[in-house]
Amino acid sequence: MIARIALVCALMLAAPAAQAERLVVSLSNARVAVTSNFVGENLVLFGTVQPDPGRDLLGAYDLVVTVTGPRETLRTRRKGRVLGIFVNVDSREFVRVPSYLAILTDRPVGEIAALAILRRLQVGMDNFILTQRVGADFADTVSDDPFRTAFVRLKRQQNLYSQSDKAVTFLTPTVFRASVPVPANAPTGLYGVDVKLFANGAMTARTTTTFAVTKAGVEQYVAEAAQDNGLLYGLATMSMALAIGWLASVAFRRD
Amino acid sequence: MQVYLPIADLPVNIFLVLGMGLAVGFISGMFGIGGGFLMTPLLIFIGIPPAVSVASVASHIAASSFTGALTYWRRRAIDVSLALMLLSAGIIGTATGVWLFTMLRALDQLDLVIGVSYVTLLTVVGGLMINESVRAELRARRGMPATLRRPGSHNWVHGLPLKMRFKRSKIYVSAIPVWGIGFIIGFVGAIMGIGGGFLLVPMLIYFLRVPTATVIGTSMVLTLITMASATVMHAVTNHLVDAILALVLMAGGVVGAQFGVHTGHKIRPERLRLMLGLLVFAVGVRFAYELVVTPDDLYSLRHVSSE
Repeated sequence: MIARIALVCALMLAAPAAQAERLVVSLSNARVAVTSNFVGENLVLFGTVQPDPGRDLLGAYDLVVTVTGPRETLRTRRKGRVLGIFVNVDSREFVRVPSYLAILTDRPVGEIAALAILRRLQVGMDNFILTQRVGADFADTVSDDPFRTAFVRLKRQQNLYSQSDKAVTFLTPTVFRASVPVPANAPTGLYGVDVKLFANGAMTARTTTTFAVTKAGVEQYVAEAAQDNGLLYGLATMSMALAIGWLASVAFRRD
Repeated sequence: MQVYLPIADLPVNIFLVLGMGLAVGFISGMFGIGGGFLMTPLLIFIGIPPAVSVASVASHIAASSFTGALTYWRRRAIDVSLALMLLSAGIIGTATGVWLFTMLRALDQLDLVIGVSYVTLLTVVGGLMINESVRAELRARRGMPATLRRPGSHNWVHGLPLKMRFKRSKIYVSAIPVWGIGFIIGFVGAIMGIGGGFLLVPMLIYFLRVPTATVIGTSMVLTLITMASATVMHAVTNHLVDAILALVLMAGGVVGAQFGVHTGHKIRPERLRLMLGLLVFAVGVRFAYELVVTPDDLYSLRHVSSE
């Protein structure tokens, strides 16, 4: 009997008393097919908030969507002048960082919540943890570290990292849409979509979903052949080279 | 029109790549060089990853040099025995080069070594070619024979033992410098990721006195064999040959090479050598400029691994 009361108490404590809102999201497409005419695509994320009955709905909610691509390890290198020529003098390895990172919000991140909360929840480009190998240690640095700044800048130039405070629109106080840009050079693999709902500067609900970027058609065929049957693929490419070379010499024969 | 490249993982404008193939193919047909030292930097410039560029350019050069070689074959301008001799030493040179390549990469200074060797090689070879061809041009102006092949004008190379006769080229030289040249071409090709035609042509002319008539065709055969095997090797070891990119480059390259070969035959050999010298020198200076001038961005990213 006592045990049963304890169980009920535990369940009541664990019940979503603090989390009154519920979040339901859906992507326009769960799979982005990279075909030969792929030049990038915009996915649309739709969602609704099932609100807490007691809340004044008008302008109550803020939404942060964080999309991360497959993880990769990259080295950021810095050039310096040595004996008159520019060579790589220093480098820092960024370990298991997202190959793609998009942070989509309805208004500037700084206005959504206090800095401490944003940091804890990794909201915004400056607060997202990008692990660096520093000597034998693994750690993220301050957001204005020169290597981190350079890394984010170079990733932004490649359109792989982005942050937009206009990408999320509330259609009604509880229905929203967000557009997720998938650039042409987006790596293939599984992408995670992390949706966080904020009200009055605190997170009240969170949900996740995924989508996949995969090669299709000829692209898939060629990529798989190159990876799985290297020798055959190489010989086929070489034969193609010789065939085209021969064809041209026959077609253009003038003597 | 944009086409997505399955191995390079990005879309490119098909007409831009086709145009690049045409232009480099024209130059390669005209001078009897592979054109890798032009094509690889061009592809990197439009955003293709360097490793994919080097691997795919190999197959493009194979196609260009095959069509060129067939044309020269019909003109009976290929010295097969000379090509085979060069090739036998070239294989050993390539193996040595690959070994050094791996060692330099472990030391993390491969980029620098490649940059410096490009500058040194291209400017020195280009400079020598310009110097020689200008002299030949001036001799021709004064009414003297422009050619270097004067009876009895033997250099130290011709004093070496193990002499062999190469009938098609009408030369009688020692096998030692032939092997030496083959080794250097194989070695440099492996380190710098180039066919080495622009080095081979002047070396055959200056050291072995191979006549201009057979030098280009012979060089093309050597380029063809090294680049065809490089394509297969790259595909087996790194899986980085982009067949779609290669196909577009080839289509432009073979057509360009045809026009190049015909144009090359209309130009006097001395003038052709001067033009090639200027081109090689200019590319060398361009590489030097890149090493010396402060880059737009001091930082760069290098991919280590994906999961």
